Amino acid sequence: MASSSLKIAIVGGGLAGLAAAMKIAEAGHEVDLISVVPVKRSHSVCAQGGINGAVNTKGEGDSTFIHFDDTVYGGDFLANQPPVKKMCDQAPNIIYLFDRMGVPFSRTKEGLLDFRRFGGTLHHRTAFAGASTGQQLLYALDEQVRHWEVNGKVNKYEGWEMLSLVLDDHQVCRGLIAMNLQSLELKAFYADAVIMATGGPGLIFGKSTNSMTCTGSATSACYQQGAKYANGEFIQVHPTSIPGEDKLRLMSESARGEGGRVWVPKADGDVRPPQDIPQDERWYFLEERYPAYGNLVPRDVATREIFQVCLEGHGVGGENQVYLDLTHIPAATLTERLGAILEIYEMFVGDDPRYVPMRIFPGVHYSMGGLWVDFEQRTNIPGLFAAGECDYSIHGANRLGANSLLSCVYGGFAAAPSAMEYAKNVERGNTETNGIHDAELRRQQAINDGIVASTGGENQYKLHEELGKVMTDNVTVVRYNDRLKATDDKIRELQERFQNISINDSNLWATQAVPHARQLKNMLELARVITLGALNRNESRGAHYKPDFPERNDAEFLKTTIAEYTGEGPALSYEPVDISLLEPRERNYKKSSH
Amino acid sequence: MSTNEHVHKKKLTDPPKTIKFKIQRREKEGADARWETFEIPYRRNLNVISALMEIRKNPVTADGKETTPPVWDMSCLEQVCGICTMVINGRVRQSCSALVDDLLLATGGNTITLQPMSKFPNVRDLKVDRSRMFEHLKQVNAWIELDGTYDLGPGPHISTEVAHERYVYSRCMTCGCCLEACPQYSEDQYIGPQAIAQARLFNMHPVGKLEMDERLNGLMEENGIANCGNAQNCLEVCPMSIPLPRAIYETNRDITVNSLFGWLKK
Repeated sequence: MASSSLKIAIVGGGLAGLAAAMKIAEAGHEVDLISVVPVKRSHSVCAQGGINGAVNTKGEGDSTFIHFDDTVYGGDFLANQPPVKKMCDQAPNIIYLFDRMGVPFSRTKEGLLDFRRFGGTLHHRTAFAGASTGQQLLYALDEQVRHWEVNGKVNKYEGWEMLSLVLDDHQVCRGLIAMNLQSLELKAFYADAVIMATGGPGLIFGKSTNSMTCTGSATSACYQQGAKYANGEFIQVHPTSIPGEDKLRLMSESARGEGGRVWVPKADGDVRPPQDIPQDERWYFLEERYPAYGNLVPRDVATREIFQVCLEGHGVGGENQVYLDLTHIPAATLTERLGAILEIYEMFVGDDPRYVPMRIFPGVHYSMGGLWVDFEQRTNIPGLFAAGECDYSIHGANRLGANSLLSCVYGGFAAAPSAMEYAKNVERGNTETNGIHDAELRRQQAINDGIVASTGGENQYKLHEELGKVMTDNVTVVRYNDRLKATDDKIRELQERFQNISINDSNLWATQAVPHARQLKNMLELARVITLGALNRNESRGAHYKPDFPERNDAEFLKTTIAEYTGEGPALSYEPVDISLLEPRERNYKKSSH
Repeated sequence: MSTNEHVHKKKLTDPPKTIKFKIQRREKEGADARWETFEIPYRRNLNVISALMEIRKNPVTADGKETTPPVWDMSCLEQVCGICTMVINGRVRQSCSALVDDLLLATGGNTITLQPMSKFPNVRDLKVDRSRMFEHLKQVNAWIELDGTYDLGPGPHISTEVAHERYVYSRCMTCGCCLEACPQYSEDQYIGPQAIAQARLFNMHPVGKLEMDERLNGLMEENGIANCGNAQNCLEVCPMSIPLPRAIYETNRDITVNSLFGWLKK
C-alpha cells in the first residue's frame, strides 16, 4: 500500500456500502469490502417500489423543500433536520447519477424518467424501475464497483462476516476482525477508517420482510464495543406483507401508489369470494378515515389501522388479513408497472393479483434506529463511520416509503468523504505492529472455541424462535409497559440459556451453526436495546405506539434515545433533536395540508 | 371475469402426514457424495427452505441416525437474490420459491430430492461457489463507463421500448440456472448465457454502446459466444424469463457486423 493511499474498510455491500466504496475508489484510495454474501445478493435487492427525489416532472410544484418537509413530518419530528435537508436536496442528482449508470428506470412517452406516488406525500416523487428498483440500483453500483475491482482499487471479501472492531488504547478504531464463513478462519483487517453499512436487524423479530443476512449482528458488536445506538425502539412494521412460514414477504407500497385499495367486507365473517362482494358492501377504511391521503397514509398509520381492524374481528374471514385490491386497474398497466411484485405474490400464494384481491397483513420491515452518527456520518468511536439502515440519522420515528434507497445512497456518499478526511489526518503511529489486531483476533478465536466446546444442550435455533416470537408479540405495532418489561425478562432468560447451547454440527467446514450462534448472541443484546428503549419512552410517536400514552409528548420526548452498552445491559440517555429548520407541529394525516 | 379462473394453483387436497427430503450430502469440496433422507411432519405453506430450517434444528435422519445439519445458502427468500439455487427433483431452481405442495402435486409422492448445482465447485452439501459468474461479468465489461460520479445532470433520453427491453435483461440475479442447464457449459470452457445477456444489456444503452467493442472482444475469446450450441435449455430454466437465446443471437449479429465493418474504423 502506497503511503499516500488511504485504506478504508467497508462492512456491508448493499447500496450504502457500495456507494461509499465507489466514491473512495474514485478518489484514488483503497477499499477492503467485507460482506457476508456476494455483494450483488445483498438485501437492497428486496426494495421494490422506488427512490424519492423531487424532480417535479409532473408540474405539481414539488420541490426538495417539500420533500424535506414530508420526510420530517412523516418521521414525527424525531430526525435531526440538517442531514435530512441535505439528503432531499441531493436526491434529484442521486437519481440522475443512477440514470447515467444505466439503471432501466421506467420512462414517460417523451423518454424522461417517470415518477409515481408513494405514501406520506401528495406528489409524484418516486422514480422506479418496474417494481424491482432496489435490485436495479444495487446492480448499478455493483457494476461500478466491479469496474473499480478490475482497476485494483477494491478488494472484495465476500463470504466474510465481521465479528468485532479493533480498538486501540484510546478507543480509536484501527480495523476489524472478520471470519471466513467457509473455513471459519479469522482475519484482522488494518484500516485507517471503517464504515459500517450492514443494514437492519429484522431477524431479531424472527420473521420479517428482511433477508436472512439482516441480523444486526455487526452493528451490535460495535455497540458492545462502545458505539452509541440511537432510537432502537423505532421499528417500522410495513402495512402490507404476505405472511409465510419462513418469512414475511414484502408487498410494496407502490401497489397503493399505483392505485391499490385496502378494504375488508362490511359484514364480519362474509365468506363470499372478494370479487362477488359488491362495492357498497366493502369497507375502504383508509379512504374513509383519511380522505386526502387515502391508502397512501404513512406506513405507521396504515399499519395501526389494519392491525386494529383485524383485532376488532373485521379481518377477512375473521383472520389477521385484509384485502389489497388492484383488480380495478387494467391488467396490462399492472404488469408493466408492478410486474415483479405481482409475480412474487402469485408465486407464493397462488392467486393472480391482477384479478383477485391480495390478502395481506403488517410485518416487521425496517429499523429507523441504528448506530448513532453525527451530521458527517461519524459514530462516537473515532475512525468508525456508519451509513444506510444501520445508522439512525434520517427517518426519525417513521420512514416514508422510497426514502430508504435514497438514504442508503446518501449515507454512503456522505460517509465516504468524511472517512477519507478523517483517514488523511489520523496518526497511524505503530498501530500495524503494536499487536492490538493480534490480541483482538485471539479474543475472537476464543469466543469461537467456546461456542464449539459448549455442551449445555440448548438449541440455538429454538432460542432464536423464542426471541422472534416474544419480540413480534410485544415490541411491534402496539406496546404496553408491563409486556415490555416481561419481554426484557424473557430476553435475559434467553441470554442465560444461550450460555448453554450446544451446536449440532460436528463438521465445522462451512457450518451455519457457529456464525448463527454469534449472530444470536448479538441479536439478544440489540433486542434489549429495542425493548428497553420502548419501555422508557412513555409517549406515542411515529411507529412507537402505546395505548396508555397515546399522545406525542414533545416536552419530555422530543429527544433521541441513546443506548450505551454496559455489562448489565443498555444504559439509556437522551439528547435533544435539531429542529433548527422546521418547527414541530401536530402530525395529522386526516387533513390534506400539513 | 370470475375469480376462480385466476386462482390457478391446484390445492393439495389430501396431504401426506410426513414428507421426506432426500438430500445429497458432501462434507467438503472433493469429498465423496452420499445421500441422506430426512422426514418431517407435513405443514401447510411449506417451501423447501422452511423444511430445511426444520431439518437443521434437529438433524436426525429418517431412520433415526444423528447426523450433521445440511448446509445451504439462503438470503432474500423472495427469489430476487439468486443465492438459494439448487437442483430440486432434478430441476434447477430457487429453493425459496419451491413450494412443497406444488412439488408433491407434481410427483404424486411424498419425497423431494435436493442436490447442489453440478456445474460449480461444491463447497458442502447444497452450497456451491459461483464466483466465476462474477468473473465473467468482468470479461464482458458489464458496466457503463462514467466520466465521474459527480453531478453531471440526467442521462440520455431513452424510449419506453428500449427501457422495457433493458429492464428484462437487468433482472438477471446471477443465479446460474442457465449455466446448470446448458449442455455446453462446464468448468470455464464457455462463458454462458448469463454474461452474454449482460453484455447485451449494456450494448443496448446509448452510452454503453460506446464501449461495445470491448464487450464483444471479451465474447470472442476462446471461452466466448461461439461455444453456444443453441440448445436453448437456458430459456426453459431462467426464473426471470430472460430471453437468453435472443441475447445470444443479437450479440452474434453485433459481432458479425462489427467484424465486417471493423476495418472502416481503423
